[in-house]
Amino acid sequence: MATNLTAVAMSGGVDSSAVAALLHSQGLPIVGLTMQLWNQRRLPALAADGATGRCCSIDDVYDARYVAQHLGVPYYVVNFEQRFEEQVVKPFVDDYINGRTPIPCTLCNNMIKFDQFLEMAEGVGADKIATGHYARIAFNETSGRYELRRSVDQGKDQTYFLFGLTQQQLARTMFPLGGMLKPQVRELARELGLPVAEKPDSQEICFVPNGDYAAFIDAYFAEQGVPREKTRGEIVTLEGKVLGEHEGAHHFTVGQRKGLRISNPEPLYVISTEPLTQRVVVGRNDDLLRGRMEVRDFNWISLAEPAAPIRGEVKIRNRHLAAPATVTPKGGRLEVQFDEPQRAVTPGQGAAIYQGDLVVGGGWIV
Amino acid sequence: MLPVLNEAYGNASSIHHYGQAARQRLELARRQVQALVGASKPTEVVFTSGGTESNNLAITGIVNASTRSRKHIITSTIEHPAVLAVCDAADAEVTYVPVGESGVVDPDDVRRALRPETVLITIMHANNEIGTVQPVEELAAIAREAAVTFHCDGVQAAGKLALNATVDLYTISGHKFGAPKGIGALYVREKIKLAPLMRGGKQERERRPGTENVPGAVAMGRAAGWAVENFQNEAIRLAGLRDRLERGVAEAVPGVRINCRESTRTPNTSNILFEGIEGEAMVIALDLKGFAVSSGAACSSGAVEPSHVLTAIGLKREEARSCLRFSLGRQNNEDQVDRLIDAVVASAAHLRRLSPVAVGGSQSARRTVDQAVTGRSGEPRSRHSGNTSTPDEIADDASRGGDVSRFFSGKFTVVHGIKSSTGRAE
Repeated sequence: MATNLTAVAMSGGVDSSAVAALLHSQGLPIVGLTMQLWNQRRLPALAADGATGRCCSIDDVYDARYVAQHLGVPYYVVNFEQRFEEQVVKPFVDDYINGRTPIPCTLCNNMIKFDQFLEMAEGVGADKIATGHYARIAFNETSGRYELRRSVDQGKDQTYFLFGLTQQQLARTMFPLGGMLKPQVRELARELGLPVAEKPDSQEICFVPNGDYAAFIDAYFAEQGVPREKTRGEIVTLEGKVLGEHEGAHHFTVGQRKGLRISNPEPLYVISTEPLTQRVVVGRNDDLLRGRMEVRDFNWISLAEPAAPIRGEVKIRNRHLAAPATVTPKGGRLEVQFDEPQRAVTPGQGAAIYQGDLVVGGGWIV
Repeated sequence: MLPVLNEAYGNASSIHHYGQAARQRLELARRQVQALVGASKPTEVVFTSGGTESNNLAITGIVNASTRSRKHIITSTIEHPAVLAVCDAADAEVTYVPVGESGVVDPDDVRRALRPETVLITIMHANNEIGTVQPVEELAAIAREAAVTFHCDGVQAAGKLALNATVDLYTISGHKFGAPKGIGALYVREKIKLAPLMRGGKQERERRPGTENVPGAVAMGRAAGWAVENFQNEAIRLAGLRDRLERGVAEAVPGVRINCRESTRTPNTSNILFEGIEGEAMVIALDLKGFAVSSGAACSSGAVEPSHVLTAIGLKREEARSCLRFSLGRQNNEDQVDRLIDAVVASAAHLRRLSPVAVGGSQSARRTVDQAVTGRSGEPRSRHSGNTSTPDEIADDASRGGDVSRFFSGKFTVVHGIKSSTGRAE
């Protein structure tokens, strides 16, 4: 029996607050839930600089609670810290150590927001969840599938981080902001008298202060007792010539130019990091170009898995302009052949495949 | 309280008639509290802002008043944070005596922990989460024999249990037996030397400076008077309700364990483990239906953290997450308990459908973390038209019912919420 109760994931920011206010103003019964994911006071080495991440700060929880009280809706904080560390923070750190560049936001969506949170929502008696993500969901009667589309606000579109959503998850999820522009959301927040209407947008990875993920990993290693020398290694050319040393491969991402501290007649870029040897391989910009890649654990969203190759646009990181490619399913994996070689195809990042606005699906770059 | 706020508005330490009227009421309240804690003189009662301050004053006051060079405190692992954190911060070494699965301190462990430099034993009268009653008489005897000061945190016991022991210091908190929040007291036996926590005026015989909270003290005095008259009958009634709740839940829900059931417990507290169930979800589900129960301890954001008390009685972290605390109060009745049982049974069944678990009384019931979407959704939500009342605030009509029924047409409180039932630290 449907309860018609919707659980709104409230972070204390303007977007999720607007979602709560919008659904409430439409007369939908809602319960506000804030996920406590990470203890910002946990890594004192980071806090020493006065830097704290935004995620789950007491201020944000205060704001979320204030908004819920303002609206007069029930509100609770739920503690997901243990699961967040196991399924988002540790894999995030492991990926860097293993020469990959992770996207924790996608992991968080797959493992926390659309899994544990959905389970919690159902547990408390809600049959749907709503979040402040910029994306659109619609049911296609012909195909019988829930389709995911980019948000109307192209600049805020978050579908790249949502490629792991299953049909069952989409069936129970609402993205009320998908059809709105960000300025409209702020305007709505002002009109509804929300106390967070002017709050700045959050940036970067929520649990990493100032986006300095390398400092976060260093601090996490220090807490876990991983010695520093374990992460040190050499910087080498593609030909194997040693150019210098580094403090840890997690300080580098593919395509990076700055911060190598090596003088060379022509600019050098990180081509790859090798986990076993702790070596960071550098080369010229052209060495970063790749025409094809493989994608693992592909999740088909708006289309069922096709038998034949399909055409689409493939996005390989959040700020990448999706590039035309031919996509061929191959024994559990997906082969992507770009029309034009792409710069800095990075293992560990996500690959989301689009057909225009439509999100075909996505997986992880091998 | 209203007459006190109007007619006795004076400063109880002032010379004028206004102040004298306030002083008169304050001293009446002191004698009422004296009767509750069984003090021999009214001057042994020091009014404070609540349990946390009383515990701070007792522990820090004894340690700081001691002139010894080395100091040692004995306490237990199941104390309230308002004792544990104070011991941690005190200028003394601390021994934390464990409890077994009974949730009760073994007096022999305390005896063995004694050292020549021990200046204080601080053990609670009854635990706030599991309700277990500690052997205060034996502990007091051990302390007396060893010439060590004995402090007892009686926040959960005052007004519910008789105190049949001679203790040196005893903490009570008004809002646990019917007074408003923000008033408490510390019983300090005559001749006990106590260093004050705060510096200021000479109120409360120089043990607690600051203008006296006369309305709070008067309310606590009234509540103490009620408790002295009625606590025995009320304890029998509450124990009956608690047993009805435990029986009803245990009969209808498989995989249920009642923590510390074999131990002597306060009549109003029941802590129940639902194997494989996410306690946090059940607390919210029940609250949405109008039943205020709690699990774990509230952290600063309001999220639930695993309880140190439940791990101290040997529960694993996951098991501690599956425990719910039910506290019954003066205004709860059988009908409410029956409806609570129905709601618990429905919620447990719903949560088990979502996340199937092998239930069978094993200590390590494992939860199958399945797809979150496998279960069906939704119990029909019933709304109750019970009383809108909080059980712990009879003396403060003004503060009652103001915020509880905002979301729902009718809502009654079976316990103080997560924060107030653990928490003297709001």
